[in-house]
Amino acid sequence: MTAPVLADALGPRARRRVALASVLAGAVLVLLVVAVVLRLQDTGQLDASRWRPLAEPSTARFLLGGLVNTLKVALIAMGLAILVGGLMALGRLARNGPVRWLSGVYVEFFRAVPLLLLILFSALALPKYGLRLPAFGYLILALVAYNSAVLGEIFRAGILSLERGQTEAALAIGLGYWQSMLFVIIPQAVRRMVPAIVSQLVTLLKDTSLGFVIGLSLQDRELLRRARDLGEFYRNPLQSLVVVAVIYIVINFALSRLARWLEVRQRRRYSAGAISVAGVEDLAVVTAEAGGRMGGS
Amino acid sequence: MRTTVVLTLTSFAAAMVVGTVVAAFRVSPVPPLRAAGAVWVQMLRNTPLTVLLLLFVFGFTKIGLQYSFEVSSVIVFGAYTSAFVAETVRSGINAVARGQAEAARAVGLTFPQILGIVVLPQAFRTVVAPLGNIFIALTKNTSIAAIISVLELTEVADRLNNATARPIPVFLGAAVAYLVLTLPSGFAFGWLERKVAIRR
Repeated sequence: MTAPVLADALGPRARRRVALASVLAGAVLVLLVVAVVLRLQDTGQLDASRWRPLAEPSTARFLLGGLVNTLKVALIAMGLAILVGGLMALGRLARNGPVRWLSGVYVEFFRAVPLLLLILFSALALPKYGLRLPAFGYLILALVAYNSAVLGEIFRAGILSLERGQTEAALAIGLGYWQSMLFVIIPQAVRRMVPAIVSQLVTLLKDTSLGFVIGLSLQDRELLRRARDLGEFYRNPLQSLVVVAVIYIVINFALSRLARWLEVRQRRRYSAGAISVAGVEDLAVVTAEAGGRMGGS
Repeated sequence: MRTTVVLTLTSFAAAMVVGTVVAAFRVSPVPPLRAAGAVWVQMLRNTPLTVLLLLFVFGFTKIGLQYSFEVSSVIVFGAYTSAFVAETVRSGINAVARGQAEAARAVGLTFPQILGIVVLPQAFRTVVAPLGNIFIALTKNTSIAAIISVLELTEVADRLNNATARPIPVFLGAAVAYLVLTLPSGFAFGWLERKVAIRR
């Protein structure tokens, strides 16, 4: 934990006061925890019989399967959303009027609508109009529609955040529009956007839990739905949901940390002034460096 | 639609209050409070809202916390959103120039005074836009109350669809209704942002 911003280098009196406040606050927090534990005990929620089923290998496998389904849906949806979102960002920046307008409508509409509504629509309405998908396909479709709109805006912001000099330099050395986008703009924009993309992945991972509203067959059920199944079977909804919440917290906390780490690493690298575009042809590296120098001066 | 508005407004009010307190905890000089604030934020922010809602409605009733579905929704939405509000307000606090807090300390104000009188008012000004985004996200998130059959927009649309079997007009209508709610609030926050902006 970093030092508190507002109270650096306390004097002796303030230190005594803080120490006193710490003891008091600590005591209150401990009492709070004790109260919760006692409450759990009193209502019989700490009984081993309610927790033990969750530790059995068969249950663990059942939950693990749910986690695999959750991750599978999240990763497929994320991949597709990145693809569609990228196209939308290019569309909104295109020179062609109707293309710009259409992708604008797409992004603004899907960003403004609750995901749950999209999921319900996708699962209830689309089959009526003859679109048949495997059950979790509808979930993925809704997730892609929503997240591609959000990602489209992230991508657009990333592209716009680059200095104009980048595009100008690329055009100046004779690259076409698509060439400058592909070799100069997008590689740099992507690197700036990685932290935002990872945090969107956290959101998406949490959103897959909405999939439990649509009727998935037993083997397709994601983590939350399986937790509900367990809770009903063993009559321990509190315990099963707590376990699942902990699983989500661990995964998402790790992902958030990853995003933070990427961001810090990136900032450090930019401030060091070294621009190295990995995995792109020499030409683009040269162009990017030239552009960077121009944009910077 | 009224339920959606009421849910959004009450949850947002609760989230603002709790979130500000948690943000104050997180920047306070008292370590246990900092830790408590961090735990609150990380736990709520990293759990899906759906899990929280179900845990509260089906799990916490077992330990005697039983409220109507509407009240439960407000509590859960308020708590979930407060984690995001706390992070936003904290970033606003960090954005306030250090000299402000140092000057306040130099004239002898205590930590609660520094925060309440000097830093927070300036912090809020800088985070109006992100708070607006949180508000809009909350408006959309209230749709999740549909899973415990609170009769808000999405649940109404779902039931209308079941009754009429005409999904496209029904869901499109609901989508437009959300737009009607979110677009003006976007403008309102934009207006507020311009109004309270610090002129330099």
